[in-house]
Parts: sequence; C-alpha cells; structure tokens
Amino acid sequence: MMGNAKTARKGNLIGAGGMTLAIFGTIFLDRAIGSNGEASEPTALILGMIFLAIALGTIIGWVTAKRVQMTKMPELVSMFNGMGGACAALISLIEFNHSVEHGGASTTTLLAIIAGLIIGTISFSGSIIAYLKLNGTMAKPVRLPKYNILNTIIMIGVFAFGAFIILTGGNVQLVYLLFLAAAIYGIFFTMPIGGADMPVVISLLNSFTGLAAAFGGFMYHNKIMLTGGILVGSAGTLLTLVMCKAMNRPLSNVIFGAFGGGAAAEDQGGAKGTIKDINVSDLAILMNYSKRVVIVPGYGLAVAQAQHVIHELELLLEERGVEVKYAIHPVAGRMPGHMNVLLAESNVDYGKLVEMDEINPEFESTDVVMIVGANDVVNPAAINNASSPIYGMPILEAYKAKNIIVNKRSMNAGYAGIENDLFYDPKTSMFFGDAKKALTELVAEIKTL
Amino acid sequence: MELLRHLFTFFGDNKEIFYFVILSIFVGIEVIGGVPTVLHTPLMSGANAIHGVVIIGAIHVMLNVDAENFLALGLGFLAVVLGTLNVVGGFVVTDRMLEMFKKK
Repeated sequence: MMGNAKTARKGNLIGAGGMTLAIFGTIFLDRAIGSNGEASEPTALILGMIFLAIALGTIIGWVTAKRVQMTKMPELVSMFNGMGGACAALISLIEFNHSVEHGGASTTTLLAIIAGLIIGTISFSGSIIAYLKLNGTMAKPVRLPKYNILNTIIMIGVFAFGAFIILTGGNVQLVYLLFLAAAIYGIFFTMPIGGADMPVVISLLNSFTGLAAAFGGFMYHNKIMLTGGILVGSAGTLLTLVMCKAMNRPLSNVIFGAFGGGAAAEDQGGAKGTIKDINVSDLAILMNYSKRVVIVPGYGLAVAQAQHVIHELELLLEERGVEVKYAIHPVAGRMPGHMNVLLAESNVDYGKLVEMDEINPEFESTDVVMIVGANDVVNPAAINNASSPIYGMPILEAYKAKNIIVNKRSMNAGYAGIENDLFYDPKTSMFFGDAKKALTELVAEIKTL
Repeated sequence: MELLRHLFTFFGDNKEIFYFVILSIFVGIEVIGGVPTVLHTPLMSGANAIHGVVIIGAIHVMLNVDAENFLALGLGFLAVVLGTLNVVGGFVVTDRMLEMFKKK
C-alpha cells in the first residue's frame, strides 16, 4: 500500500487508526496484578495524568506538524525522532528503578532495559544535535582531536558500563550516570558529521529509536511494540543503506570519515577559469526558443521558497512548446525524496519528476539545463577528479547539455564545501540572484516575448 | 559451558519472540523495498510515527507505578507527552505530505 502515492495516504491513516486503538486498548485493558492476584484499578490521579499527557502531546504534535514548512521537514523528523528516543529512555529509567526497588528482574529483562536506555538516549541526544545542525545553529562540524578513537572508546565504555550494571544487578545512581554517558556519546557521535550527511544520520537515528522501541516490547513481551520497533529498525537501516549507495559511500565512511569540511580545503587549487554571467533578457530568449529544458532543483530552491515560481516557469515554457522536465537526484535537498515533496507542494505533476538514471542519457540532447540552488549533485569532480571527496558519487550529468544555466546567490561552495568546476565550463552561464526573485523576473521577461 | 546452556535455554524460552523479530525484519525490508524514491520523505516520517509505539510502554509504566512515587510519575508523564508528540506529529505530517501527492 505504501508503494504507491495514491494509496499511501490510506495506509498512513490505517496506521494512525491502529496506533490509536493500541493506545486506548493499553489504557483500559492493561491492569497491574496486585499482590492478592487480582487486577488493581489505577488511581484517578494516574489516569488523569495519562489523559492530560496525551492531550498535551497531541496538541503540540498536531500544531507543529500542521504549521511546519515543507522545507523544514528534516528538522521536524529529527525532532520527533528525538522525542521518541527520549520516551524509550525514560521508560527504561523508570522500569529500572522499579525493578531495583522490587527486585526479581531477570537478567534478560535487565538487558532489555539497559539496551533500551542506551539506544534511546543516543537517539535522543543525537537527534537534537542533528536538529541544531540542520537548523543552521551548529553549521560547522565540530571535531575534537582524534575524535574517531575518542568516540570508539566512549562507545565501548558505555556498553561496558551497561554490561557491568546488568551483571551487578544495578544501583539507581549508576543508571543515571549511564544515561548521562549515553547522552554524551550521542552528542559526540553526531557532532563531527558534516551537514551534507545529516539525512543519512537522521535515517540511522530513526532506526535506532525503532530498536529502542523493540527492546521495550521485549521487556514487556508486548508484540505491538516489538513489531513496530523492528519494522522501523529494519526499514530505517535499509533506507540508510540506500542513501549511502546514492552517495557511493559506505556507511562507515559517513560515520567515521571526515566529509563536508576538512577534505574540501585541499581541493581548492584546481582548475579555475572565468565565469560568465547572463542577464534576464538573454536568458528569456534562450529558454523560449529551446526545444528541451531540464530543471535541476536543489535545496537552494527550497530555501528561497521558489518552488511555486519554478512551476509557473514550467507551465509558461510548456505553453510555448518547450518540453520541460525536472531531474531529481536521490539525495537532492536535505532528505531522500525531499525535492519531490517540495515540488508536489506547488502542484508539479510528478510524472515530470525524472530520476537520475532515467534522465542522465537525455542530457546530451537537452538545449538548456537550468540548475537552481543545486551544486554537489551536478559537480563533475565526482566523475573526473579522483582526489575530490565526492569522487565516485553518482551525479546528474548536467555538463553534457548544450547550455548550462546556474542560478545561485553567490559563488560560495555547496553544502559539502567543494568547488564546482561546472561553473567555469565555457558552456555555463551564471544567473546570479535569489532563486525566487530571479525566476520571477525571468517569468515576466518570457511573457513579454 | 554453564553460560552456553543459559544462552540456549534463553533462546528456547523466547523462541516465539525470536521468530517474530526475524519475521518483522523481513516484513520491514519487503515494505521499504517496494517504495519508490519519490515517497522516501513521507516514508521516513511515517516510520518515525510508527516507532512512537513506545508510548504503549510509557502508558504501561504509568499504570503500574506507585501513586506515591512522584519521581516515577513525573518521568512517566513526560514520557507519555513525548511519545504522543512523536506519534501524532509523525502521522499528521505524513498525511500532509501524502495529501499533496494525491492531488495529481
């Protein structure tokens, strides 16, 4: 059902319905068994608190989800993911205290509790850092000296500490210490990873939270939690690997490799040439009399909120008999499939959104390729410069087109911080300016022709 | 040897759960494998909503906690709020995205 855009919505609603059922089922049917062997009713205070908490969470969640801009989707997902992770960690924390006070928890239960605590906490603090990075609050990757070794040591330390607590049967103070240590690991784990790799990190953390939920299910022998958690865990892992494949880098490279910063600096010496500007009227004529135009949208388009103008441009050109398509790179934007969502928001027919493998052979017969706010995904260094950090990443072969127009605000390097030789190509003309403003002018200009 | 025997008993005792886990992994892979790239963002936020099932655990904790244990009550309350946020927000935003795809 989720495989098709038409039925996916129904699938999502069924999922939401199932979840509601599970929640109310738990509230009304799940009863503690008292010492006399009979089910005891929860006090009014507890029931009231549960309903208040659900009401509070529903209102905040609903309003945030309704208000958020589509460009902010990655931030939102990482935020919600962090909440889920924190929820799993808190459950483990309470459950651990409970089992220490009352005793009698088996090693297996303790294992599930501690594992849920560690993974949930890492997911929580990692997601918060990912959120801050996507948000721009923490733009540069922060790398402590020898951070790889340091992180590995902390990771081993956290798990060893967890094992120690399980074996010694536990002590409440130590568990809080473990909580803290796992939180620190989550921060250190995410901090050195560059912004361009954040989609991969979010997807990975998403599957972590799934795993934490599954441990919760294991702890309570609750099949719904177990299935849901494992489903997300395996789905998230697969999605993470799909993304890594799209960037042609192994997962270990994303986590441990220095990317999107340090490595880029060495690349600067390469071929620099002269750049060429194009003004609105020339560009309008060029596009108006083309046969085939391909638009390559990138995150810059989203930031400038230019997705509606670009749709207007597309309709206008189609009216004039120009064939227009969009070339979508799998990791364009800040999330896999992010561009599709943004363009769908402005009513672009998704039959016009062409995936990389399909569009690449078509660039040679394309008159104008218009790159709006994209950079790394069209950088030919990925094909011809073995020393480039993005070497080997599959790209949109825009450089093969007859004319290349690049709309950018300035000559700054892309998100990965790498120079792009495409901008110095003799076939390339730069069309500087804020995407929304520049494209609005272009549309107006074409209308006069 | 003692450890090994423990391990086997453990697997034996939880046989059903392990079958379940393996089955779920395959279902997960099968489900994601069929989803086109176009839908990967809603997929991610949908999956995000689904792991909100932890909320069931949070409610379970609340129902079993002693009414005098204010620390546990407070933490449980927070857990239910966060879990609900995750579930509701995730499903609502996924629906919003899929609605846009449906128009065409």
